[in-house]
Amino acid sequence: MEEENDTRKVNNSFLRDHNYATEADIISTVEFNSTGELLATGDKGGRVVVFQREQESKTQPQRRGEYNVYSTFQSHEPEFDYLKSLEIEEKINKIKWLPQQNAAYFLLSTNDKTVKLWKISERDKRPEGYNLKDEDGRIRDPATITSLRVPVLQPMDLMVEATARRVFSNAHTYHINSISVNSDLQTFISTDDLRVNLWNLEITDRSFSILISSCFPSTGSPSQLFSFLCDKTRRLLVSINFEEPEDPSTRSFFSEIISSISDVKFSHNGRYLMTRDYLTVKVWDLQMENKPLETYQVHDYLRGKLCSLYENDCIFDKFECVWNGSDSVIMTGSYNNFFRMFDRNTKRDVTLEASRENSKPRAILKPRKVCVGGKRRKDEISVDSLDFSKKILHTTWHPHENIIAVAATNNLYIFQDKVN
Amino acid sequence: MSAITAMDVNVEAKRILAVSISKLYASRTQRGGLRLHRSLLLSLVMRSARDIYHSSRESEAPIAAAPEEPMDTSSRAEEQTQLPEPESEPQPVANGAEAASEVSDSREEESDGETTEDKENVSPTRQSRKRRGKASAAPDFLPSKRARLEPGEERYAAPLGSCRTMAGESLTTLSLNRVIPAF
Repeated sequence: MEEENDTRKVNNSFLRDHNYATEADIISTVEFNSTGELLATGDKGGRVVVFQREQESKTQPQRRGEYNVYSTFQSHEPEFDYLKSLEIEEKINKIKWLPQQNAAYFLLSTNDKTVKLWKISERDKRPEGYNLKDEDGRIRDPATITSLRVPVLQPMDLMVEATARRVFSNAHTYHINSISVNSDLQTFISTDDLRVNLWNLEITDRSFSILISSCFPSTGSPSQLFSFLCDKTRRLLVSINFEEPEDPSTRSFFSEIISSISDVKFSHNGRYLMTRDYLTVKVWDLQMENKPLETYQVHDYLRGKLCSLYENDCIFDKFECVWNGSDSVIMTGSYNNFFRMFDRNTKRDVTLEASRENSKPRAILKPRKVCVGGKRRKDEISVDSLDFSKKILHTTWHPHENIIAVAATNNLYIFQDKVN
Repeated sequence: MSAITAMDVNVEAKRILAVSISKLYASRTQRGGLRLHRSLLLSLVMRSARDIYHSSRESEAPIAAAPEEPMDTSSRAEEQTQLPEPESEPQPVANGAEAASEVSDSREEESDGETTEDKENVSPTRQSRKRRGKASAAPDFLPSKRARLEPGEERYAAPLGSCRTMAGESLTTLSLNRVIPAF
């Protein structure tokens, strides 16, 4: 797929010219809303930035619906749990949009311990002409009021406000790793490593809890990260029994870590499940639990480097994966700011890079290649030159168009399909 | 992977164990607290490495190793097992502690029993651990840990009476070991 691209940066303009990233600006989650009109990002500093797509204008057809900042707010603050002497990070782990029901937008954002429901609404009018107070808000002296008037709504510059409508807290012993909204629009679930909580959006002081009791791996079988999702048909997938028998010939010290699942996504049509482990992406048929339909190698050249990846902690990186709107292409990130796309029908795959040097607006991304053998061709990059500090963990795909958002540390890249 | 000798694997296993233990220890001070899943994965690596280490030790010629200063080395291992315990997430950490404490158990069995009654308690498990008894030398992958002295303090030898306490503590860790594989 050829692409033109359009870069947006999340960090302040002061930092734009400098090549370092403050840790607070590192993007920790990205999510389109259900229409693709809005794109939300959360960062390590607890902030949420929402981008809105420009209405396509006839006068400037080449500016095909770019995304601009719509709202920025501080969702979570760092907290301290005095009982356990633990700091609770403000990093936003997940954002999920609620389907739109009225003029306002609602999203759920969560850190390790607390889920919050935010309402994002526009205000473009304000009442003016009060009787009892003047324009500055000061109370008028009643003796000076000689006539009665009705306040009138006057237009003002568009203001986008975010208000926290609900706070769902104190329900997780361990760290919340995902949230998922039910299609009934009344309930959602939050999960940590051992517990699933089912909440009603209106009720913040209690939730239904499911405790996972049998997920510890027995000796010899791979460990699994259990993520819980409500799919379109409202089935709660209680546990992932999808497990491929391990090949004993490839067993190493790190077999369990690399087979541990870092992300799970249902397909849009609800028939397939995609799982991401450290080296592969697998597509499963929901009816078939014992082996995947398709397995795609993301960066198999890392298999020989697992020991050093263990030492520098990279082996614990949790990559996400994502379907396109028609479930024909899947995408996931890798190191060196590379991300990979796999076409399930043509079986072709491509490696692309999200970097400033390659990302002039409307430039077409060039496919990249990692050289595994001895002879390195001119454009290839060798495995040892890969920058493991530049990892693309979070990516998302527009629900029905070919627009993707890719988070590379503290930068957000938005790529679109080429316009002919 | 070709021509990897048992020795190489042994060295690798020791190194990975050392790295894992220091990661486990470092994770206690990281912001946000202990991460359950990460600790679980660390303990799985440690278990793999320990299994491979022990099986490669068996395949080598048995090395006659004198358990030098058994009190000292076992006290170090006890410190290791004590450290993760007070945390609020006992299970994955117990898995990690299991590796260290099982090593200390094998050394406890080698030490001269002033505490005959504890020896009796230890013996049923001793039979099931017969295989591990061969790994009698102090594993050198455990980082040396000694208490940091305040200014003015000085180090003194542990009194003989503490041998009894040590064995008592090892009984606690023994019972942990029996609990963990049950699920």
